[in-house]
Amino acid sequence: MSELVLNHLLGLQGIEPSKIYTILDTADEFLKVLDRPIPKVPPLRGITVANIFFEPSTRTKISFELAEKRLSADVVSFSKSGSSVSKGETLLDTVRNIEAMKIDVVVIRHHAQGAPLFLTERIKSAVINAGDGSHEHPTQALLDMMTIRGHTGGFEGLKVVVLGDIAHSRVARSNIHGLKAVGADVMVCGPSTLIPRDIEALGVKISTDVDEALDWCDVINVMRLQLERQNQGYIPSLREYQRTFGITKARLDRIGRKIVVLHPGPMNRGVEIDSNVADAPGSVILQQVTHGVAIRMAVLFLISGKERTDA
Amino acid sequence: MSHSADNHINPPEGWQGYNCHNLAIRGARLFDPELKLDMVSDIVILEGKISSIGPIPKDFGGDIIEGKELTVCPGLFDMHVHLREPGYEYKETVQSGCLAAVAGGFTGVAPMPNTNPPTDTPATVNFIRQQSAGTPVDVHPIGAITAGRKGDQLSEMAELNKAGVTGYSDDGSPVPTAELMRLALEYTMMSNSVIIEHAEDTSLSGKGVMDEGAVSTALGLPGWPSIAEDIDVYRCIRLAEYTGGRIHIAHLSTKESVQLVREAKARGVNVTAETTPHHLTLDCTILEGYNSNYKVNPPLRTKADIDALIEGLKDETIDAIATDHAPHAHDEKEVEFILAPFGMIGLETALGVVLTKLVKTKKITLSRAVQALSNAPRKILNLPVAKIEVGAIANLTIFNSDEKWTVDGTKMLSKSQNTPFGGWELTGRATGVVNKGIAFVRRD
Ligand SMILES: [Zn+2]
Repeated sequence: MSELVLNHLLGLQGIEPSKIYTILDTADEFLKVLDRPIPKVPPLRGITVANIFFEPSTRTKISFELAEKRLSADVVSFSKSGSSVSKGETLLDTVRNIEAMKIDVVVIRHHAQGAPLFLTERIKSAVINAGDGSHEHPTQALLDMMTIRGHTGGFEGLKVVVLGDIAHSRVARSNIHGLKAVGADVMVCGPSTLIPRDIEALGVKISTDVDEALDWCDVINVMRLQLERQNQGYIPSLREYQRTFGITKARLDRIGRKIVVLHPGPMNRGVEIDSNVADAPGSVILQQVTHGVAIRMAVLFLISGKERTDA
Repeated sequence: MSHSADNHINPPEGWQGYNCHNLAIRGARLFDPELKLDMVSDIVILEGKISSIGPIPKDFGGDIIEGKELTVCPGLFDMHVHLREPGYEYKETVQSGCLAAVAGGFTGVAPMPNTNPPTDTPATVNFIRQQSAGTPVDVHPIGAITAGRKGDQLSEMAELNKAGVTGYSDDGSPVPTAELMRLALEYTMMSNSVIIEHAEDTSLSGKGVMDEGAVSTALGLPGWPSIAEDIDVYRCIRLAEYTGGRIHIAHLSTKESVQLVREAKARGVNVTAETTPHHLTLDCTILEGYNSNYKVNPPLRTKADIDALIEGLKDETIDAIATDHAPHAHDEKEVEFILAPFGMIGLETALGVVLTKLVKTKKITLSRAVQALSNAPRKILNLPVAKIEVGAIANLTIFNSDEKWTVDGTKMLSKSQNTPFGGWELTGRATGVVNKGIAFVRRD
C-alpha cells in the first residue's frame, strides 16, 4: 500500500469497493491501537489538520479531533459559534484563510450540500467531508459499515434497511452508496413524505411498512428524526411516527430472530427508537461511537499521504 | 471609417462602427423566412432604410461590408432579459447589456422589471429607454404587473401602456393568486397587451434549487418539481381562456407544460410561450458538480423535457426563444450552491448555441430558428416586425453560420461572466447588427 489511496473523501457515491475495504481494514488495525495503554501513534506527525464546523456538532467533531490526536497530528478547530463564521465570513473567505495557513487536511461540516467539493476546487489541502447538508456523511456510513461487518461477517447479499427521514438525511445517502458498492441489498423505509422522489434510481428497495422491512432485513440502521419535521408538515405527529415507524422491543421480538440495530445518534429516545432497544445488552450503538474514531483515523491516515510504508 | 456620428456610442473594442446614412453589405446570403427570401445578393441601406436589394450601384460612395460567408436576417429580438439597471448596475447596465446584445446579434431586447425600483412607472420606463440611446439596440421595457412587483395590486398599467409598454410581468416571481392574474388579464385586454408569467407554484417549488428527481435526490438538494410550473401554466391558460386575455409563458421548461400549451392553442386560447437556449440544451445531470453557474429558475430539467421543448419549438407550440439573460457578479455566484442566486447570462451565446445544437443537428430548421429569435417575440409584444425588403427600416442581424469559436465568459461584453456554456465549441456566431441608423460589426 504505497500509493495514495484517497485524495479527498467527499462521499461514497461512485467510490470503488476496494477503497471501502482498505478503509475498513485500516480502521480494524487502528481499533487495536485504541485498546493500547497509550493509544497514540505517530503517522500524522507534522501534519496540520483543521476541523471546520459551520454547523453545530459535538459528536462528529470530538470524534475527528480524537482521531487526529491519536495519530499525532497538529489540530486546529473552529466552529460556527466560536469564530468569524458567525460574523458572516463566507465559505470563500474561509477557503482563502485555509490556503494562507497552509493546512494539510481540512475536515469540513457544512449545511450546504457540495461545500466540501467547493473547497477541493479552490484549495490544495486534502478535504474530508464531515457532513454536507442533506448530501453525504461518508465517515458515518463507513463506521456503520465497520460495525455491520463486525457483526455479520460480510456485505455480499446482506439485507440492510435504512429507516426514517431519507429525504433529508446525509447518513442515509452515504449508507446507500457505501453498502451498494460492496454488494449489500438496501431497502429504505419510512413515511412516503420523507422518501425522496426517484430514490429507486440509487438501486434501493422501498417500503413504508416497518414490520415488513424488519421481516426482510439482517440489519436496520435507524435514522434520527429531526423533530422539526412535524412542524414542517412531513408527519402529522411524533406520536404517530413513533407508533408507525418507531423501533420498539415488541417489534423486534415479533420477528423472532436477531438483527443488528444501528443508530448514528444522537437518539430521540421514544421517537425513532426506544430506550429498551438502544440500551439492551448487545446493543451496538456505543460500539459505533468507538468505531467512529477508528474509521476517522483510517481516513485521515490514508488521506494524509505520509509514512505510507508503515501501514 | 469608424466614426460615431449622431451621438452614437463607440463600438466595443474589436468592433467597427458604421453609420447607416450610406452603407452596403456585399454578397451576403439574405435570409428572411417570413418573406420566403433566401438569396445571395448585395443590399444597400440609405438613411437607415433598405434602399435596394441587388448589385451595389457603381457610383456608390458609402461604406461596404464584405458579406462573403455571411448571412443577413431580420434583426434578432430577445423578449426576456435582465439588464439590472436601475439598482444593480454592478451586475449589468442598460449599456453593457446592449453591447452584450450586439455581440449576440440582437437588435432588440425586452428587459424585465425586477430592478430597483421596479419598472412600474412611466418614469422608469423612460429612464431605461434613455440609457440605451446611441446603441443599435431597441430596448423595450416590460412593465411590472403589480405595483412595486409586490404581488398585491395591479400597477398603473394603462399609464405604462401610454409610455409604450405592451408586455407586463412580475418575472422572478409568479403572480401570487389566480384572482390577481384574472384581473391583470382582463385589465390588459383594454390595450391588447400581453401578460408574461413566470410560471411557478411557489408552494410546491418552496426552497427548491434544481429539478426534483433522481439527480436532486442523489445530491441531497431541495427539488423544484416540474408540476410547480405545470400547475401555474394551467392556471394561466384557463384564466386566459375564460377572460379572453393574452398570456405568455416565460421560460417554459417542462414536457407537460409544452403539452398544456399545445392543447390550449388548439382550442384557440390566446397563449404564447418562450423557452431558453439553456433549457433546450442542458439537463439537470450537469448539476452533479454543484456548479452554481448552472443554477437557474426554472431549473434545468431532464432529457425528456429537452426533447419535448424541441418538439414544441418545431411545431410552434413554443413561439419564441428568449435567453432570460440574468447577469450576476462573480462573487455572488462564488458561494455554496444553495446560497447562489438563480440565473445565467445568455445574450452572447444564444445564436451560436441554437445554430450549433439545434440547426446543424437538423432538429429545427434555420427558418424556425430565425423566426423564434426575431419576429415571433416582436409579434407577441405587438412590436413592428423587422423585414428584409426595400423601404423597410434596416433592422438586421449579420452572422457567420460556419464560424467556429469557443465560449469564454471572461471575453464577454456583458458585465458578468456567469455563462453555463463556458468552454463550449460553437459553430455559428453573430458578426454584427444594423439598427437605429448604425451598424456594429465584429472585425476579424
Ligand atoms: Zn423568470
